[in-house]
Amino acid sequence: MNAPAAIPVPVRLAQLHRHAPGTVAGVDWDRLAEPEARRLRELGLDEGVEVELLHRSGLFGGPLACRIGRMTVALRRHVAAAIHVMPLARHA
Amino acid sequence: MNTTPLVALVGNPNAGKSALFNALTGARQKVGNYPGVTVERHSGRMALPDGRPIELVDLPGAYSLDPGSPDEQVTRDVLLGRQQGERLPDAILTVVDASNLDNHLRFTLQLIELGLPIVVALNMVDLAERDGLKLDPEALERELGVPVVSTVAVRRRGLDALKERMGEMVKGVTRIRPSAGVQHDIVVLQRRARQIATAVTVSETAARRWTHRLDALFLHPVAGPIILLGTMFLMFQAVFAWSEVPKGFIEDGMKWLGSEIGAALPEGVFRSLIVDGVIAGVGAVVVFLPQILILFAFILVLEATGYMVRAAFLMDRVMASVGLSGRAFIPLLSSFACAVPGIMATRTIADEKDRLTTILIAPLMTCSARLPVYTIIIGALIPNKAVLPGMGLQGLVLFALYILGILGAFVVALVLRRTVTRGATSGFMMEMPKYQWPSARDVLLGLWQRALIFLKRAGTIILYTTVILWALLSFPKPPEGSGISQVDYSIAGRIGSGLEKIVAPIGFNRDMALAVIPAMAAREVAVAAIGTVYAIDNADDDSGKASIQQQLQKHWSLPSALAFLMWFVFAPQCISTIAVTRRETNGWKWPAFMIGYLFALAYVAAGLTYWSAVGLGL
Repeated sequence: MNAPAAIPVPVRLAQLHRHAPGTVAGVDWDRLAEPEARRLRELGLDEGVEVELLHRSGLFGGPLACRIGRMTVALRRHVAAAIHVMPLARHA
Repeated sequence: MNTTPLVALVGNPNAGKSALFNALTGARQKVGNYPGVTVERHSGRMALPDGRPIELVDLPGAYSLDPGSPDEQVTRDVLLGRQQGERLPDAILTVVDASNLDNHLRFTLQLIELGLPIVVALNMVDLAERDGLKLDPEALERELGVPVVSTVAVRRRGLDALKERMGEMVKGVTRIRPSAGVQHDIVVLQRRARQIATAVTVSETAARRWTHRLDALFLHPVAGPIILLGTMFLMFQAVFAWSEVPKGFIEDGMKWLGSEIGAALPEGVFRSLIVDGVIAGVGAVVVFLPQILILFAFILVLEATGYMVRAAFLMDRVMASVGLSGRAFIPLLSSFACAVPGIMATRTIADEKDRLTTILIAPLMTCSARLPVYTIIIGALIPNKAVLPGMGLQGLVLFALYILGILGAFVVALVLRRTVTRGATSGFMMEMPKYQWPSARDVLLGLWQRALIFLKRAGTIILYTTVILWALLSFPKPPEGSGISQVDYSIAGRIGSGLEKIVAPIGFNRDMALAVIPAMAAREVAVAAIGTVYAIDNADDDSGKASIQQQLQKHWSLPSALAFLMWFVFAPQCISTIAVTRRETNGWKWPAFMIGYLFALAYVAAGLTYWSAVGLGL
């Protein structure tokens, strides 16, 4: 059957497949504590930036290692859950 | 007035700022403190190609001129000429990571707006190329409108060109007041930074292949923690195994020195002071220099390679379970070398409660000053037999003592976070730098600074306490022919006998009580104290020539020795730690709390150990 090409839908960074980059579609800044939001901006997170989930640490919900632009950043899961990502077409 | 031009070295964390500072100033560095804050001030002198001197001050790494921590506040205040104890810099040298331009340029843009003369060091161009990123430094210079020099600080590349540009920068500088009207909107800056980064990128292939490959291993859910544990274990085994040879040299040297000086000096009080007090006491401590340096070498290498942040990442989940974050792991690991830099490293923790908890548990990490005590007691009383191939019982006991300190710290953190330092759990967000082969020069420079600090300590605090203890042990002299031993009759012996009543329930004998008191000044003095006690006690008979270890075997039971080790796992010690805690927490409340809880823990733990060991018939 000829399925129509999947239309990308924003996914939370925490739920992204590993090594499937996407661009930041939006961030729920309200869900983050003020210093967290600030630091995240300083680490270069912004709409349109390319991000990728690299590693999930261990079991039991440890932090995530993500690529933001050309930088690797360690984040806790609740932060990654506030970041909405539009998967890049070639990986969708 | 100081007319040497002052240049501020500024940049993002992980831009290679310290490596550049080391490369430019070499060993001509001064470490001090800014008044009123606990941020260390690193400065050094360098010469320009034409011979003019420059003072370079290495400011704490920051992401912007809007401070998020006390460290970053110093950076901003120095650059605006508002920092007490620092003149306004004449110029700025800023460092950016070539493979992270879109982020680092944001801060550079803010710095350029200040209006001070500025040079940009485009650093780590080799790593960028390794990762398939080709940049055009001239285009960057055009975009920014300020001089840009490509460098590889750890390999000392590009330094001559950099010095050349710095020379032009400070040529006939007239003091410029920095402009206050700096762009603070992070989003605006970020977008401009990204535009510039794109404009100067010639070609780009998949980023960071090496770092990704290594991370796939080091951050692996199963392999990662195993490698971390293995690294820690190797580190502590190495501290024992690799130090044997240099330790032997130092021991022989001290013995030779003692006998030479002993033979040269006339019999009497002065000879006793020098031989029994100074050489036996300070010598017993200096012997541990190799072990302490091995430990610091591991920590320096772990930091320089970029592995330390991975360790923090792997530990975050565990730390979160006691209400801390992976970020606390770095100060805590540094505390294994010494709690003082460890406690100072907590400044990077933004959350106040989180930071306080970390400070309070830092003394539970087994610092290198405890090593002499552990080593000598383990060496004397724990049999040297193999448990598994390559794993000796002595090493295992040492490992267990470290683990005990860590477990103790976790339990204490858990309790504190639910009581005195209750609060919302703080987050964990950290940049993970690229892996990098460390520069031997930077590691050696770090070790050299540590060795100096240790020897200074041995030469001052340890020397003083040892001499005072020697005096207290040597006087008054017992009446001739009374048969009372010197130590029993001395002031110290009497104090010890008094204290023995308090510490007898936890299995301590008088010599242990005597060792515990001066160990408050610095833990390693315990070894010196034991050395001095037995040197004086046996000055006349032949056994006086026996080593401290043989003396311990003769005088200490295994349960007592284990209780003594346990005391050292928990007891609050070392004046420097208490002083730095007071400074970092702005008052006596928290250091007093720390002393109280640690004493209670130490007493209970030593007692439990003693009676369990006796009960088990050890």
